Amino acid sequence: MRAFQILIDGFAISALYALGATGFTLIFGVSGVLNLSHGAIMVAAAVAAWAAASMLGVGTYAGALIGVAVALLTAFATYFAVVKPIQDSRRIPNEEKEIFVLTGTLLWGIMIQELIAYFFTNNAKTVLPIVEGVVEILGVRTPRNEIFTAIVCCLVIALLWLLVNRTRTGKAVLAASMNPRGVTLLGLELTNIYIVVWAIYGILAGIAGVLLGMFLGVSSYSVGPLTASAFSIVVLGGLGSVSGSLIAAFVVGYLETLTAYLVSPAYRTIPALLLLVFVMYIRPQGLLGRR
Amino acid sequence: MSTFFTSRLLFISLALVVIAATLPLYVSGYVLGLLTVAFYFGVFAMAWDLLFGFAGEVNFGPTFLIGVGAYTAGILNAQLGWSVYACIVLGALASVIAGLLLALPALRVRGPYFGLTTLVAVLMLQNFIVVFADLTGGEIGLTIPDVISINAGTNYWIALGFMTISAAILYGLSQSPIGLVLQASGQDPVQAGALGFNIVKHKLAAFVVSAFFSGLSGALLVFYFGTASVGTVVDVAVGVNVIVAAVLGGRRTVLGAALGAIFLIVAGEFLRPTGELATFIVSAVALLVVLFFPGGFLGAALSREART
Repeated sequence: MRAFQILIDGFAISALYALGATGFTLIFGVSGVLNLSHGAIMVAAAVAAWAAASMLGVGTYAGALIGVAVALLTAFATYFAVVKPIQDSRRIPNEEKEIFVLTGTLLWGIMIQELIAYFFTNNAKTVLPIVEGVVEILGVRTPRNEIFTAIVCCLVIALLWLLVNRTRTGKAVLAASMNPRGVTLLGLELTNIYIVVWAIYGILAGIAGVLLGMFLGVSSYSVGPLTASAFSIVVLGGLGSVSGSLIAAFVVGYLETLTAYLVSPAYRTIPALLLLVFVMYIRPQGLLGRR
Repeated sequence: MSTFFTSRLLFISLALVVIAATLPLYVSGYVLGLLTVAFYFGVFAMAWDLLFGFAGEVNFGPTFLIGVGAYTAGILNAQLGWSVYACIVLGALASVIAGLLLALPALRVRGPYFGLTTLVAVLMLQNFIVVFADLTGGEIGLTIPDVISINAGTNYWIALGFMTISAAILYGLSQSPIGLVLQASGQDPVQAGALGFNIVKHKLAAFVVSAFFSGLSGALLVFYFGTASVGTVVDVAVGVNVIVAAVLGGRRTVLGAALGAIFLIVAGEFLRPTGELATFIVSAVALLVVLFFPGGFLGAALSREART
């Protein structure tokens, strides 16, 4: 009974983590950018969906769409206002650009977080779920919303896989992650590929944010923990490796659920952090990462 | 950097310190209290700059070192009743040990992986403080019975003296042969290694020095506040402020970091009437500096000096 409950709850959480981390790792794989405003973008999507649905009263579907659109716009703003200027800057030495991107996106994330707190307060917000009600699976009462979350996450990840492996654009993205110079030599504009990747990222982060808002609720305080959890999942799986992130998301998701059910919800994040430190000691490049 | 400028920089800093030392004679206790915190903060930022600006290592968790120092000192004083000075020394030592534990594995990894390990260390520390609430006071914070002094002027002078001495040591170290090797290994580790320098040893030394000053400053700050809490010495947001201060003031300058820290704290106070938007404005200003003046305050001044 309890085993089934852990199995089901853990799956939904893990799928959500996987979706959130996939976009993050994709950006790193293709353009070498670690976007520390990740959590802020997810929260912005959830808060926008919440505001549209409950303050403007546009309905849950339109609210969710607005949330994803806000995430997409914020992702583009992050790229054009913060990341691109640093990458193009001549005053910042090349070997320090990585650090500047980290600092810049971190500050940007804090700005988004503060704006959300200013306009929508720090209170936790739960987005109205698209599907309601409860069903019994294997004797466990499960909210339909939880099943919906898991299904959407898996579908979106499958779509992403198709996009990257089966379309021309996707193949260009894949090629850029392997050898950026080779791609430019083939006559493809690298900036265009980056824009595509940031668009994919924005949509993924938006969907993940809105689903998170429906499933667990968000507040402006979630920004830091969300970035940290995406960061640790991605590093556990290996920076830039999408399949590694997927595996790591399930490891972390189940580890957290097990701890919450069997030990205490207060210790929820500790085992995952310990695992992360352990992995960094023995295999710094992560489970499936390249050095 | 020409010796002329170095000596002029020295002269300006000395003049500033002398002026600052006379402040308690004609400034209110409120301003002194603000500057006391700013000076301790300046040491955090300088210690961070030694690691980042010179060793080229982004330490995303300066508050891990600060927090270990602060909490060790606080717990020893609050739970065991040891004397203030013993607690401060032990706090700094604990921070050095924590720095070594963190650095040994972390230095095997490069760039973003190092940054992440340090960030995770902060999250772990934060979790442990909350979990072992009996010992640490948990989320509410730990009340510390003893203080260094209750006189605002004395506290101010201690903070100023401490910052000046730390600045002299850290700046001297950064200009010494050790600092040059650190800078070389930060910029091109392979070549620096090929020239026969033991990079790991130098970076480890930088980490230990950085940890020592962070821990010492954290412990002193705790005895100034009379309380240790996650929000003041451990939270990731505090660490971000330290990093922002160092980048604002000008990385790789050590002294700039202290300027940046003082600016941040004073600007935050001036922005207090804007309420919740204060953090937003400070972050926005810092982002603009990062984007348009990547050299920071002192970096901009130095490059102008170099041109003329």
